[in-house]
Amino acid sequence: MNDIRELYQEMILDHSRSPRNFGPRGQHNLSAKGYNPLCGDDVEIHVLRTPDGVVKEICFEGSGCAISTASASILTGVLMGRGEEEVREIFAGFRQMVSGQGEGPTGEGLGKLAVFSGVKQFPARVKCATLAWHTLIQALSGIEEEVRTE
Amino acid sequence: MSGTRPIHESSSSFANLDEVRSSFPCLQQEIHGKPLVYLDSAATTQKPIQVLQALESFYQEDCSNVHRGVHTLSERATHRYEAVRTKVAELLNAPDPHGVIFTSGTTESINLVARTIGRTRVSAGDQVLISAMEHHANIVPWQMLCEEQGAQLEIIDCTDDGNLKLDDLQSRITDRTKVVSIGHVSNAVGTMHDIQKVISVAREKGAITMIDSAQAISHVPIDVEKLGCDFIAFSAHKMYGPTGTGVLWGRKELLDQMSPWQGGGDMIRTVTFEGSTFADVPWKFEAGTPHIAGVIGLGAAIDFIQDVGLESIRSHETQLLEAVVSKLDQIDGLTIIGRPENRVSAVSFVLDAIHPHDAGTIMDQQGVAIRAGHHCAMPLMNRFGVAATIRASFAIYNTLDEIDALVDGIKNVQEVFN
Repeated sequence: MNDIRELYQEMILDHSRSPRNFGPRGQHNLSAKGYNPLCGDDVEIHVLRTPDGVVKEICFEGSGCAISTASASILTGVLMGRGEEEVREIFAGFRQMVSGQGEGPTGEGLGKLAVFSGVKQFPARVKCATLAWHTLIQALSGIEEEVRTE
Repeated sequence: MSGTRPIHESSSSFANLDEVRSSFPCLQQEIHGKPLVYLDSAATTQKPIQVLQALESFYQEDCSNVHRGVHTLSERATHRYEAVRTKVAELLNAPDPHGVIFTSGTTESINLVARTIGRTRVSAGDQVLISAMEHHANIVPWQMLCEEQGAQLEIIDCTDDGNLKLDDLQSRITDRTKVVSIGHVSNAVGTMHDIQKVISVAREKGAITMIDSAQAISHVPIDVEKLGCDFIAFSAHKMYGPTGTGVLWGRKELLDQMSPWQGGGDMIRTVTFEGSTFADVPWKFEAGTPHIAGVIGLGAAIDFIQDVGLESIRSHETQLLEAVVSKLDQIDGLTIIGRPENRVSAVSFVLDAIHPHDAGTIMDQQGVAIRAGHHCAMPLMNRFGVAATIRASFAIYNTLDEIDALVDGIKNVQEVFN
């Protein structure tokens, strides 16, 4: 059960119960939808990107499992105010951490996001943890098509 | 045998449970240090040693192609393959083994019907009638056919308990209804429908009747003569047989009228560049080298089912289902989805504020294998207002002790989340 406690840490449970920055599109100028057909998670991310490429606001809506909801919620807090390039770099590190690949699988340097390091023990759940991220990248790319993590 | 749960004879009405269970090698293992509790047989059943040995003996002793070559191996392979056709016909009480077509599974069987007789019988303005409780395999082929032909797909509604609304069937069926295709047992919530009634209503209107028996075939006897349906589809892998093999049984006089499904070797009589003539039924629907080993494995699976006896299977599984429903009902924060009048094989439920996928991950850590998801029945999930459910499904090898393990697993999930 240690792996389970490692996966469902208190912060993840808290964000899944009370997601932050949860709500419909407001003054945001970019949106994208993501869907995970395996478990039915769906998420829509809205971003306000400034002309100089800063992610000024992010919010999300949708429904999903605890991992996907907490991932979306924590992502919004961590990324707000960061430049687009920095967002992509953080995602690369996050993806390496949750899939247990690359040089930074411990989550070092990822701050709050390190709470998802337990996901690497559960390969079937990597898609849950990364759905909101893929959707965010889609939104930043300005592509309307729905993201699917299959 | 490490990791096997102790089985007390007194805990089951089925005296041979211990012996039957021991013939399933895959069940004799631990998952994350706990005995495997396999409650996902509606997705696929485990395979008894008899089936595994049949596959192996084909490849080790009789490996050859069928219906060609005069050498001994080919004769043996053909004999073993064709003997299963007779076995399937007997299982279904079908009058003619030539009505049995081997396919890759239920999905291909339904597509075969939709793409052959469906195309000739269903025209613009006609209707195809299915139910709100179908598996995607019994939705999408008809949806594709209706789009192609300009026909209408009509849906028989179900009650909140997960029973088909038979009065809705009566009101939706018209003279334009050309096909009625109904799942025999709902894979998502476990309802066994009154298909006899559906078939008789459909026949009065002259519609073709197709029954998707994938979820019924290993649980209840099926008698096509008594049912009076035109087609039945099922998969070997949900009846203790191998994956990639299935059956379409069809009424011979309809099969004779139908055009071939796929073209290729084995389904022809003669081929010239000007044109080809086709083999007789059923071979004209079996293009290319079939899954010979799979069909032979299906034969062994039917032997297994008949050795145990469908009556014993049904009575043991009913005992398990009654026990699981009663125990789940005692768990706070758990809601069973569907209260079918006649339950077969499965029970679906949701937990308050806990997503089924999270529950599935946590239960797996305790060796309990359940299915979390939409069970390839997304319209039914929408009907019940849920994105997904947790489904526990049962087969002849499950025990009452495993239901306790399921209950412990659910309580543990609730502990992690609360």
